[in-house]
Amino acid sequence: MALTTNSILICAGGGCISAGEESVKQAFERKLKEYGLDSVVSVVETGCMGACSLGPLAVVYPDGVYYQKLTPKAAEKIVEEHILKGRIVPQYLFEGSKDKLTVEEKAAPSEIPFFARQVKIALRNVGVVDPLNIEEYIARDGYFALNKALTKMTPEDVIKEIKDSGLRGRGGAGFPTAIKWDIARKQKSDVKYMICNADEGDPGAFMDRSVLEGDPHSIVEAMTIAGYAIGAQKGFVYVRAEYPLAIERLGKAIETAHEYGFLGENIMGSNFSFDIEIRIGAGAFVCGEETALMQSVEGKRGQPKVKPPFPAEKGLWGKPSVINNVETLAMVAPIILRGASWFRQYGTEKSPGTKVFALAGKIKNTGLVEVPMGITLRELLYEIGGGHPQGKQIKAVQTGGPSGGVIPAEYFDTPVDYESLAKLGAIMGSGGMIVLDEDDCMVDVAKFFLGFTVEESCGKCTPCREGTKVMHDLLEKITSGEGAMEDIDKLEQLAQIVRDSSLCGLGQTAPNPVLSTLKYYRHEYEAHVKDSMCLSKKCKAFISYVIAPDKCTGCTACARVCPSSAIYGEVRKVHEIDQDACIRCGSCIEVCRFGAISKVTPAVENVVSK
Amino acid sequence: MSKVKSLEELMKIKEEALQNIKMRESGKRGKIVVAMGTCGIAAGAKDTLKAIVEDLNELKIDDISVVQSGCMGLCEVEPTIEVSLEGQEPIVYGHVTPENAKRIIRSHILEGKVVSDLIVKRGEV
Amino acid sequence: MAVCERHEELYEELDSYIDQVKDKPGILIGVLHKAQEIFGWLPQEVQEHVAEKLNLPVSEVYGVVTFYNHFSTKPKGKNEIKVCLGTACYVKGADRVMDRMLEELGVQLEEVTPDGLFSVHAVRCLGACSMAPVVLVGEKDFYGKVTPDMVTKIISAYKRGGSHE
Repeated sequence: MALTTNSILICAGGGCISAGEESVKQAFERKLKEYGLDSVVSVVETGCMGACSLGPLAVVYPDGVYYQKLTPKAAEKIVEEHILKGRIVPQYLFEGSKDKLTVEEKAAPSEIPFFARQVKIALRNVGVVDPLNIEEYIARDGYFALNKALTKMTPEDVIKEIKDSGLRGRGGAGFPTAIKWDIARKQKSDVKYMICNADEGDPGAFMDRSVLEGDPHSIVEAMTIAGYAIGAQKGFVYVRAEYPLAIERLGKAIETAHEYGFLGENIMGSNFSFDIEIRIGAGAFVCGEETALMQSVEGKRGQPKVKPPFPAEKGLWGKPSVINNVETLAMVAPIILRGASWFRQYGTEKSPGTKVFALAGKIKNTGLVEVPMGITLRELLYEIGGGHPQGKQIKAVQTGGPSGGVIPAEYFDTPVDYESLAKLGAIMGSGGMIVLDEDDCMVDVAKFFLGFTVEESCGKCTPCREGTKVMHDLLEKITSGEGAMEDIDKLEQLAQIVRDSSLCGLGQTAPNPVLSTLKYYRHEYEAHVKDSMCLSKKCKAFISYVIAPDKCTGCTACARVCPSSAIYGEVRKVHEIDQDACIRCGSCIEVCRFGAISKVTPAVENVVSK
Repeated sequence: MSKVKSLEELMKIKEEALQNIKMRESGKRGKIVVAMGTCGIAAGAKDTLKAIVEDLNELKIDDISVVQSGCMGLCEVEPTIEVSLEGQEPIVYGHVTPENAKRIIRSHILEGKVVSDLIVKRGEV
Repeated sequence: MAVCERHEELYEELDSYIDQVKDKPGILIGVLHKAQEIFGWLPQEVQEHVAEKLNLPVSEVYGVVTFYNHFSTKPKGKNEIKVCLGTACYVKGADRVMDRMLEELGVQLEEVTPDGLFSVHAVRCLGACSMAPVVLVGEKDFYGKVTPDMVTKIISAYKRGGSHE
């Protein structure tokens, strides 16, 4: 597994630096990289260890072996012997007394600026409390907002507070939460439902999972507050089946909340009663759409319905229902407890508060971050995300999953809020951000998402069912070298039709990945068609693997690993690749230690004669 | 558990919980929090947790409690743990493989020396 | 059918679950989850049985089963290997992990190995994108940052005894 399992600590005190610490460190890093160990072994500089006369010094962990008087050669040997084979190199072993040494980090710790710019509201307890311990949640003011709502506020007051906060749906569309609540509140009905959408279907987004796993009580509390506001007696949480841990922890939280009287009859001695049931999804992306989700809660095929009537008027089993997503609900209790103006101090005028983003793909600090809205993409990707893991250029970021679009690097100074992203042809979506670099082909990315929507289209309306299929076929044609220029125009036209004529959000947004890549990267589409080139060297139809004769040592490693026996050559002689037999799996590049194999586009003619 | 009926009762639980947490940390010298979200587990947090518990037993350390939490966000360096000893700022460590966990226990918990090369963050998350 | 020897027992287990929940409205999907957990997949017989117990047309049960990816009308291996092909995993090379997995086991997607131990499935996002590419074996054994070369090791952990730990 690609985890740091060893650390090499090098003394970077004044004595060691003057004894050549810098070049030793470089030698360590170079040699580790050569063996592909650079992601597994970290090299860290420390403050003065205190044995300056024996420098440069280094300690190899986890074994805790000390080395002295290091040279670049010594460093190479330590990597080859100690790190690779586990054999201590006696020649350079430290001879002084270890007790006198101090191994401490340099004045500034190797801390990551990852946390500095974050403001945690939805994630306030995630990673802090024990999710199964309700008392830890209460210790951090849990259920105080519920108490405040039930004892000091009318349902209308609750809705007004949420309205004043400007809270908008964090699941994608950004619809004002209070408007949904208000409509449902005003319906005359004996039964109403409060539903939590935890069907986090966007590939690339995982904040809802994280909240449910790390702080399930925040959702129980918020749903109960919302239930009180709209006048519902019953809540459902619709969780996707792929999140077993979230289901387990939420189930336990509901159980404990009952024991403490935060759910059930006469909550906290009031005359409000409310209960929550978990419904488990079964793997259908379209169920993230609210009308489809309600069908699924009813135990049916999750096919969307025409709106209006809106769920807040006629929802689950025909009753007024409010659907909010997990992250939206996670904001509710703090807003009620601390007030709308407290929430509004973060974010922008139209997009108040914070948003959780899931950083994934080609970025150093992958993970979940919560930041005030209005932060720029550049700050998000470089200051918090740490930029590209290998220091390459970031090409674009994909937001909003299969419903979203790509944002090229030249727009990275755009503030992140609902309106600004929509203007660029992307969407905020649920906050998944997939970072792409020069190795990612935009046509291939568009095809990937279309493949997703083709499979996930529920089949109810024709534009989505058939349109996405034809679009996918066109993309397949273009990426396999069969495309013509008119296919690109046809694709664009079809994309607009599907967008304008589909029944639900899935179909209406499915063309976004195509439209936005066409908008910014049309030249990549054209290169595929006109020049038979894939500029990112990703699409197999347009690339060849070639061996550079001047670098190949004839070690035969590539020939042995090739699954289709496409590599020819004798030991210690330059090898060649039979392009007809090559399946372009890339295994040879991985095993070549001499950097002799590379990809080229367009594909080359076969030169191997059998 | 009797049901909570008023703000006073809720306050009481909160105070008791806060005190419990304190008492746990005074009876106990500190705690290790292991991030056990799906991403942590995917990175091997289960093995880390096991190693920590075993190592504490082996070294007969019984004044440190081990608890789990959700993901603290920086999945890149999972598995992560947080070590808080009484009277000191908590330290979050990343890349905590079972071997690294043992190192942290031996160095940070036993000798009071933080393991600088694995630090992700100092102070509250 | 593969489940013959414990046939009656399994149906009893399912029935006792259905009796507990059948008064809840819209519980069909929940019952199907339980049925698949018990039987491993949803053969026609089981679907008919569920329809009868819940007093629903078989067509409706079948309609729901085939609508959702999670439900399978084909048997699965004892160890279900799910390779995530979500976006983050895809851009980090999950397609190559998948290729290697199929090659290593000598099966097609969703086909069960001759010894009945494994079947490989493509899934859309397991929500562990930061650890991409991700492989899940069974319900709880997550593997993160998987490279093609780790595939053999992952599989071998389940060959003896059939399951991890």
